[in-house]
Amino acid sequence: MKARVTVMLKNGVLDPQGKAVHHALATLGFDGVDGVRQGKVIELTLTETDAAKAEKTVGEMCEKLLANMVIESYSIEIL
Amino acid sequence: MKVGVVVFPGSNCDRDLAVAFKAAGADVTMVWHKDTSLPSGLDMIGVPGGFSFGDYLRCGAIAAQSPICHAVVDHAKAGGYVFGVCNGFQILTETGLLPGALLRNTNLKYICKTIPLTVKSTDSAYTSGYQMGQKIMVPIAHHDGNYTADADTVSRLQGQGRVAFTYGNNPNGSVGDIAGILSENHRVLGMMPHPERAADAAHGGTDGQALFRAVVGAMQAA
Repeated sequence: MKARVTVMLKNGVLDPQGKAVHHALATLGFDGVDGVRQGKVIELTLTETDAAKAEKTVGEMCEKLLANMVIESYSIEIL
Repeated sequence: MKVGVVVFPGSNCDRDLAVAFKAAGADVTMVWHKDTSLPSGLDMIGVPGGFSFGDYLRCGAIAAQSPICHAVVDHAKAGGYVFGVCNGFQILTETGLLPGALLRNTNLKYICKTIPLTVKSTDSAYTSGYQMGQKIMVPIAHHDGNYTADADTVSRLQGQGRVAFTYGNNPNGSVGDIAGILSENHRVLGMMPHPERAADAAHGGTDGQALFRAVVGAMQAA
């Protein structure tokens, strides 16, 4: 079973990288972009076969290591 | 007075920190990140600057989960002194010993230069050798030094005299110009600037010396 974790800076936390990407897109002429936020995706290959248990364990991984809950939020997809 | 300086893979200011402590009169032991306990009798732990674990995932995140860091957290929770510089500050926020987090600099650049700091608290073993409001020149060298915390945390830090240093000319976007903060008991200090790089005349500045002398003096007197 695979899990995909998406970690994003929380809303309200300034994302200078997202701003730089936004600026670069505007420079390229893509003027229809209202905002850019940049995050990261982490894919985990798990030995667990029960989706509910996997999601719970991955949630603990996020809280302990994969995300910094002071500045980031996470979402989990079980694939 | 005995100091243990933790060494992670990717630490690169560990020896500088050790030299600065030794010059101030401390006995220094280097401590390896895989050790599960600290040598006995340490008065203080130094968490040095560098790029522990290649800054993978987030600066300091992997180091904060290393075996020695659990011992460092226990040391701090038992009232021990812990001093984190640069990557060490990032590690201390990741362990939860200090509140907030360090984000990418707002200009997205790695900044390496000597900058002015203002001493905002003299009420700690680290800062008692400075005058309140004193301006000192200390080098910074970081890409992720943009201190952030929620508004309540920032006002609590300011209200409790836990902001140790602020930037004179904010280089990285840190909230409240914060360059270094103290724990609630004022025994844990984390700061992005490098006082150990301003601790010898050959460095081109000695404004960091007072920090090491003050803290070693305080331990020796205790």
